[in-house]
Amino acid sequence: MLDTLREALSLLGHLDNQVVAIVWLSFKVGIATVTLATLIGLPLGALIAVASFPGRGAATVFLNGMMGLPSVVVGVVVYLFLSRSGPFGDLGLLYSPPAMILAQTVLVVPLMAALTRQIVEDAWREYATEFRSMRFSLRDSVAALLYDCRYSLVVAVLAGMGRSLSEVGAVMIVGGNVEGYTRVMTTAIALETAKGDLPLSLALGMVLLTVVLLLNTAAYRLRQWAMRKYG
Amino acid sequence: MFPIRLANIHFTPGGRSVLAGLDLDIEADGITVVLGPNGAGKTVLLRMLAGLQAPDGGEIRWNGDSRPAAGIAMVFQHPLLLRSSVFHNAALGLKPLRLNRAEAQQRTRQALERVGLAHRGEDSARLLSGGERQRLALARAWAMRPQLLLLDEPTAALDPSATEAVECIVREIRTDGTRILMTTHNLGQALRISDEIVFLSSGRVIERAPAERFFARPQTADAKLFIQGELPWRIAFGD
Repeated sequence: MLDTLREALSLLGHLDNQVVAIVWLSFKVGIATVTLATLIGLPLGALIAVASFPGRGAATVFLNGMMGLPSVVVGVVVYLFLSRSGPFGDLGLLYSPPAMILAQTVLVVPLMAALTRQIVEDAWREYATEFRSMRFSLRDSVAALLYDCRYSLVVAVLAGMGRSLSEVGAVMIVGGNVEGYTRVMTTAIALETAKGDLPLSLALGMVLLTVVLLLNTAAYRLRQWAMRKYG
Repeated sequence: MFPIRLANIHFTPGGRSVLAGLDLDIEADGITVVLGPNGAGKTVLLRMLAGLQAPDGGEIRWNGDSRPAAGIAMVFQHPLLLRSSVFHNAALGLKPLRLNRAEAQQRTRQALERVGLAHRGEDSARLLSGGERQRLALARAWAMRPQLLLLDEPTAALDPSATEAVECIVREIRTDGTRILMTTHNLGQALRISDEIVFLSSGRVIERAPAERFFARPQTADAKLFIQGELPWRIAFGD
């Protein structure tokens, strides 16, 4: 076990090309996913928190339920859409990074929207009367609440990033784990462990863990700073 | 917007009668202070005028229209401020007006100058003192250039100097031609600041009179007791 650890550290220390390529692709896919999911999930969650419409309760329950969406199910559904015989087969996206981004976005949007809804709904209870007295439209209210909750919403964005980076089922199905093209940290760890190449798995696992810890530290620091600055 | 007419207004949340046949006409000029014991319906009345609360019975007309008019601003006892700068908070009420950026900034700057907070524009609004927060809320309302400004106990939690500052601002807003309706429990303030008093009790307007006359010669027994500081107790303990 110590030998495995030593080899893993050596791979990281020498910035092994394979490791760097896998980590770099993971980040690209993760950042693209979170960017897309933020643009969709945050306004969607805020809208559900603020708007009154028939079925709002059902929408909330559905959204919360989708937080635990199994990634392999998302992978299969996106696969069906992107496969040759599927409605978007002509785009030729299957087994490509865009397909991975798409699948992960489907997976992450409900998570971010559900967290956003909870955060924004709490703020809305405080602000509703004041905003109504200023004749805020729904759009004005959503924009102001997203702005006011921006430091709390970092948690939702981080949760999305965490889910994206640690997810394996969907990217494996729609990405195909093609070496040098669609192989990301999680799929590489799954494959290399199965092959018995534990040092590479461990090295990638250490990177994954470090990234998650760094992101959480940054979020914590940001919230502390915001509390001091804005009260 | 004016006149605003409230006719036979009833409000009974959860079966408890808060307003019971209230009638009130509001014309375009002056400062009116709404007085009354706790639970008399002062805040509900202001919320109805702002269009935030619909009555259970009766009718409100804003210059003959059943929809609340534009040009109404309301300042609450505990104004809510976004986690943002003083300037951003002061500009918030202009959002729905869709002004161009330059005009919005100019109006915001002017309003902050008038309430003495121009030098705090970049500071965080949530770190202001109670008096400063209330002045900021007034600046936010003032920047909107409302025709009717509703103030719900704006000095309830303030010390005397902060109260005086708020009163000065309210008088200045009035000189801009803004009609002001305000609730307070501070009788001295009501006398200092108002042109007329509307006295509510048991969900109705019991008395309406110029401020000096109301305090010197109240016409109803309830108003007399209220001025003497006894009415709230009488109502609270069912004497």
